[in-house]
Amino acid sequence: MVSPNFLIKASGLTKKFGDFTAVDSINFEVYEGECVGFLGPNGAGKTTTVRMLYCFSPLTAGNLTVAGFDVTTQARQVKGIVGVSPQEDNLDPDFTVIKNLQVYARYFDITKNEANMRASKLLKFFNLEDKRDAPINELSGGMKRRLIIARALINEPKILLLDEPTTGLDPQGRHIVWDKIRILRKQGVTIILTTHYMDEATALCDRVLIMENGKIIEKGTPQALIRKHVGQAVLEVEYDEPVVSTLKVELPDSEIEVLGEQVRVFLKQPHGVFERVAKKFPSKTLTIRSANLEDVFLKLTGRKLE
Amino acid sequence: MTSQQNETTSRFKLPQLTYRVWKVWRRNFDVFLKTWRVNFLPSLLEPILYLAAFGFGLGVLVTGAVEGGSYIQFIGSGLVAIAVMYGAFFECTYASFVRMYFQKTFDAIIATPVSVEEVIAGELLWGATRATINASIVLVVVAAFGLVSSLWALLVPVLAFLGGLLFAALAMCFTAIAPDIDFFNFPTFLFITPMFLLSGTFFPLSLVPVPLQTIAFGALPLTHIVSLTRKLVSGRTETLMGLSPDLILGLNVLWIVVVTLVFFVLAIILMKKRLIK
Repeated sequence: MVSPNFLIKASGLTKKFGDFTAVDSINFEVYEGECVGFLGPNGAGKTTTVRMLYCFSPLTAGNLTVAGFDVTTQARQVKGIVGVSPQEDNLDPDFTVIKNLQVYARYFDITKNEANMRASKLLKFFNLEDKRDAPINELSGGMKRRLIIARALINEPKILLLDEPTTGLDPQGRHIVWDKIRILRKQGVTIILTTHYMDEATALCDRVLIMENGKIIEKGTPQALIRKHVGQAVLEVEYDEPVVSTLKVELPDSEIEVLGEQVRVFLKQPHGVFERVAKKFPSKTLTIRSANLEDVFLKLTGRKLE
Repeated sequence: MTSQQNETTSRFKLPQLTYRVWKVWRRNFDVFLKTWRVNFLPSLLEPILYLAAFGFGLGVLVTGAVEGGSYIQFIGSGLVAIAVMYGAFFECTYASFVRMYFQKTFDAIIATPVSVEEVIAGELLWGATRATINASIVLVVVAAFGLVSSLWALLVPVLAFLGGLLFAALAMCFTAIAPDIDFFNFPTFLFITPMFLLSGTFFPLSLVPVPLQTIAFGALPLTHIVSLTRKLVSGRTETLMGLSPDLILGLNVLWIVVVTLVFFVLAIILMKKRLIK
């Protein structure tokens, strides 16, 4: 890329709660139009980072700018161009679906007519038109999630923050949300999302940052990270001692990991390996599959995923 | 950059408030309009019940004139003042707590250009508004019973807003430290109920010894609102602690203004400390 424009720049970004360091001097940039995923086990510091991005949590140290505005001194400007979809449902249960959007628009100084126009458009986009006048407690989990994202878009934000956008949704609900996020990406909205679903990150993100214990331990495109840390394919065999020692001899260049009752071999070059190993252990169940982001994640974060 | 220093210094800065405060107020007003019939009913029925029980019932036994008027007239102005206290206090304890804790409404608003200070200020102004609405309804009831004898009563809504702001700010300080919603039983029974009975509402404070008068005057916010309401509604003022009526009224206003300002700022500081992590 030729000197791309970054929208977000964090340097030495730190957040402490008493003695506990939730975010430990991290640096990152987010470029215009990108979809960046923050991955990490629970408590890694993803949500805290997002909260600093929308000026909810004050920084303990470091610098953080959003579209050139400093989150500490120019919070109003930052909050005006950011859309936030928080992890927990904070829709206003005192209002109907449409009124939730209209009241939220007011906080951004959006005129009534403009707000009505945008709200109708958003309800259509998120397939919520039928629920326009329904009270919030009549919505399903998936509908609530869509409405929260719709609400986050009411100010036509430059940056959309999605904190675990599909946690707790059923598969249909997840895929609808994914579809909508993909369309928004195409429209050029810069998106930051946190997730602990690796398939979600692979499906949606141009780039991922893996966090652990408040630090960014790796970053890159999902494909590059998979190639770098795992290779092309993963061979899975039922665990026992002789299997491991034979594999070590047969595949000296490959990394072998024991995960519970399973042996995993990360293969840079999978051609013919399956057949060779299958001959050695005719009675064992073997599986070979493409390497994925979850392999990378488990390898890097030491399987501390809760 | 030394953000930590910024954080500490900002705690002692006066809150920076803009017109956005009214957007928070407006949110609560919109909810109120949706359910106004239910909201009006208690304010309307309660004073009627009190006037019936204490005025027509108990009042018959009270033969001597109370501060130059009938007993029912005396408690009429007390009930208006009580409506101010209840309206603001319950709005900014139970109702604000529900919005903050269960509905996460404040968190949602803070993600927009509205600041946390403005959210709390908006809540306080709304609490004062509820006090004004409630007191105005009770005033109408009291007037319907023929117990208003001064045109100054038209200023009751103004007093109710100021007094409402006082109770809203006090209430919000409790909300800021409340671990759960049951906690409000403490301020309700240790603070609000004693005031309901002992602030010159149902009997003149001039009947109690001067030291108790002084305590009531110094420590019970409702005393000041009752005193001013009674002046507006019936033109009467108690003589307390040997002070002249005019001086009493002046001190009432001063007390309300000073304490309101202090607790308004304190409520915002405490709530900011609770909400921002």
